[in-house]
Amino acid sequence: MRDDLTKNHFELFGLPAEFDIDHAELASRYRELQRRFHPDRVAGASDQERRLSMQLTAQINEAFQILKDPLKRGRYLLALAGIETDEDTDTIMEPAFLMEQMDLREELEAIRERPNAHEQLAKMGQDIAQRRKARLDQLKQYLASDDNGAYQTARNVLREMQFLEKLSHEIDALEEELI
Amino acid sequence: MAYSDKVLDHYENPRNVGSFDKADSSVGTGMVGAPACGDVMKLQIKVNEQGVIEDARFKTYGCGSAIASSSLVTEWVKGKTLEEARQIKNSQIVEELALPPVKIHCSVLAEDAIKAAIEDFQEKQGAKENDDASSSAA
Repeated sequence: MRDDLTKNHFELFGLPAEFDIDHAELASRYRELQRRFHPDRVAGASDQERRLSMQLTAQINEAFQILKDPLKRGRYLLALAGIETDEDTDTIMEPAFLMEQMDLREELEAIRERPNAHEQLAKMGQDIAQRRKARLDQLKQYLASDDNGAYQTARNVLREMQFLEKLSHEIDALEEELI
Repeated sequence: MAYSDKVLDHYENPRNVGSFDKADSSVGTGMVGAPACGDVMKLQIKVNEQGVIEDARFKTYGCGSAIASSSLVTEWVKGKTLEEARQIKNSQIVEELALPPVKIHCSVLAEDAIKAAIEDFQEKQGAKENDDASSSAA
């Protein structure tokens, strides 16, 4: 049980450290691990064993949250390869990308005042969903390569996806507001 | 989360919002973004012949702290030389606006934006000097 604490998330779940993940397999391993290490199951055990099992349960939950989410899984794979995404500290992005993000946010602000706001908002939502999908495919492609250059590109793609995710939330929020 | 009075003041009455012509050779433009929160910041400086920042503009899409940080920096850089403006540290912004730890990245964004704007201006000047030199040599 102690050994399990030092495993990385993929190892803990007995899955290959790859971006393309079998979600059904992930879910069934999760249930299995939860059952095996549930603190109630080690009721007769020593205090130390119970503490270990509680720590492991927390780790299993955290690992599951990371592995099931594409962005978190991608970030985790990059970190395993020694590449941090520095989303808090590295503010340098492709200027053309940032300019486009600024335009999209301006557009979103302008939509609010338009008579056909609902329709335009839906259209913008679809456009952003497409952009996210395209980047998800790229992320999958770059993370499938062993090449360090491909991982650096994956880092950029992932950082861009963060902006698009935020924009999607803002579109959803405005949709709610306009109802 | 509660914003400090200074953040609220800049948020409600942002200073120097707007744009300069990006193509103007006396203008430097800095574009930066923080993936963590999806904030985008554009900061522009207008520099006179003496290398002093005469005016500044910003446009920021982000939270109140990001808007306040950029608004504050545009006020601070006016009248400063490029060298002085380059010395602005995000810790000074944090202190002035009393930003909480989770909003420190907003101040980093503003510091990086002014640095990027200075760099852009100097690159433009360098390109212009090269042009002048090559045209006089011709």
